[in-house]
Amino acid sequence: MTTTAPPPTAPPPPGRAKTVSRPGDRIFAGLSRGSGIFVLVIMGAIALFLTVRAVSAISKDHANFFTTFEWNAALTPPKFGIAVLAYGTVVSAVIAMVIAVPIAVGIALFITHYAPRRLGDVIAYVIDLLAAVPSIIYGLWGALFLVPHLRGLNLWLDHYLGWTVVFHKADPNSTPRSLFTVGILLAIMILPIITNVSREVIRQVPKMHEEAALALGATRWEVIRMSVLPFARSGIISASMLGLGRALGETMAVATVLSASPTLSAHLLDPAGGTFSQNIVAKFGEATQYGRDALIASGLVLFVITLLVNGAARLIIARRKEYSGANA
Amino acid sequence: MKLQRKSGMRALTVGAAAITGALVLTACGSDNNDSGSDSSTSSSSSTSAAASSISCAKGQILSSGSTAQQNAMEAWVKNYQQACSGATINYKPSSSGQGVIDFNQGTDAFAGSDSPLAPDEITSSQKVCTSGEGIDLPMVGGPIAIGYNLPGVSNLVLDAPTLAKIFNSKITTWNDPAIKKLNPSANLPSTKIQSFHRQDDSGTTDNLTKYLGGAAKADWPYPHAKAWAGKGGQAVAQSSGVASQVKQTEGAIGYFELSYATADQIPTVKIATGASQPVEATSANASAGIAQAKVVGTGSDLALDLSAAYTTKADNAYPIVLVTYEIACDKGNKSDTLPLTKSFLNYIASADGQGQLAGAGYAPLPDAIATKVRSAISALS
Repeated sequence: MTTTAPPPTAPPPPGRAKTVSRPGDRIFAGLSRGSGIFVLVIMGAIALFLTVRAVSAISKDHANFFTTFEWNAALTPPKFGIAVLAYGTVVSAVIAMVIAVPIAVGIALFITHYAPRRLGDVIAYVIDLLAAVPSIIYGLWGALFLVPHLRGLNLWLDHYLGWTVVFHKADPNSTPRSLFTVGILLAIMILPIITNVSREVIRQVPKMHEEAALALGATRWEVIRMSVLPFARSGIISASMLGLGRALGETMAVATVLSASPTLSAHLLDPAGGTFSQNIVAKFGEATQYGRDALIASGLVLFVITLLVNGAARLIIARRKEYSGANA
Repeated sequence: MKLQRKSGMRALTVGAAAITGALVLTACGSDNNDSGSDSSTSSSSSTSAAASSISCAKGQILSSGSTAQQNAMEAWVKNYQQACSGATINYKPSSSGQGVIDFNQGTDAFAGSDSPLAPDEITSSQKVCTSGEGIDLPMVGGPIAIGYNLPGVSNLVLDAPTLAKIFNSKITTWNDPAIKKLNPSANLPSTKIQSFHRQDDSGTTDNLTKYLGGAAKADWPYPHAKAWAGKGGQAVAQSSGVASQVKQTEGAIGYFELSYATADQIPTVKIATGASQPVEATSANASAGIAQAKVVGTGSDLALDLSAAYTTKADNAYPIVLVTYEIACDKGNKSDTLPLTKSFLNYIASADGQGQLAGAGYAPLPDAIATKVRSAISALS
């Protein structure tokens, strides 16, 4: 801040240890410190609430919370576990990331490096619009359009890639309301956030780097490979993590599209499985007070998974600091 | 340039919001098929309602709970408020679970629920009902229809064991010998059966599985629950979701309240109960089924045991029925809401109030039970 903004007054005389401090500075420092502490307090409050309610529920669970498939907190004695939910949440999010990240980076590169300015702007608008669509609309579109139209792809995958187990379909007749379809839908939903952030990061690549590479005789692809992508990598990873966060927590679209059941199946095309948020929305309405605590326990697990994922992303980014914009 | 771009973007977003908003609204509009039958029942009955003996009370009460009785409640509230100016009844159709929670927190004058109060829920109701406790008043009955989609096959007949096997994926094709035996004259295709059930916890699931466990114990080994326990099949959110999947999937079978079958024109299965004829899911047949029920609640609590209905062999008695309750305090109702609560419950339990039900796909309570409900309501204090 002191280096970029031209100082309105003369620089302090050398030898004076303390910088000038005006009321405005102190107020602003206090406000920003308060905001920082606010975040910590909010996160702490969420964690505390989840933990207190979760512990009281799990202590009365008559099944192993981590390995049980079914979710039935209304039974006497109650039996519920997160095995299917954790699996479904992670698998659908992974499918979404595998599909969305390459496409999103591709779109971002096309907008910034290949497309004519006007076309790039139009595509950027459309991508922004995708982010503005509420998730329940994605759910309706997914259930009414995507699911019937994926039947062909499902049969094709089953026929040619069925030997991989993953793409084997137990009942070719069943509608494709599966984790695979959910993954595709989630991929579309997280595209805009990854694309937008990646685009901005790619725009930050110093022109000098690219021009230097071009001057050395590099083709455009070589410029992107050698100067743009390494420079933007940590930003793209951050963008992907934002998208992953949305994919892990998406609720309504998953609940509308997925045929949830307490079955853990490696066959991604079969209608089975569930996710944390889908399970919460499906069970919350009819749940008793105790059943709600049990759902909160599952929410705590999702919270922890998200924290772990974000922590891992931070580590990756930290290891690539030499490329980050701050050092350029 | 920058500024222009931003405003253009904003206009686009607003446009998109408007379009999606319109889509949502139309989706709701086309989905809510009950409104037509609703308004017709209430308009046809408004004359009788005005002439009836509603003893009005003034004030405002809050209530919430089961969505299964939502359409009935809307018609009742409309009639009551038309007859009694100065009375406001706010029924929020959230869910049975939410209704009980609201009631036990003291925010509801009465709650609607698909299932009677559990013992621990009665215990916690004693905090709200000073000197009393929450009681179940059966109010709205209804048939759970089994809808199917099998072009060329009408009047499909099934019995409880076959239904249990279908919903548990033990019978997987429509031309299975067990189905053929019940439908000797039908031309059954070899299509695979696509069975649909509820993804969300639901009183409808609870009641259907009570029936399957009661009438076909050998083929339905699971305890009844609001969460679906059967193997296989596909899960859909909400009754409307099940109905629309059945409607659009060939070879499908699913369960929902009768009103959804009527609204979407989905054919329903006739149940072979051992009566002289297979029984169709209709309001009148459901009332005859509920008439077999026994009151198991103690004191003024009128919780019903429907197990006799599940195995009934009486002619024209449909066995797959559910009863939803209103939950109120037997003693210790709040003094400011008690008059209106009593007056409103009296109306909906009256012959006039119960008469509204058949038109909306529900079933009126049998007389013997309705009489007990009325006297329980009169004793509320």
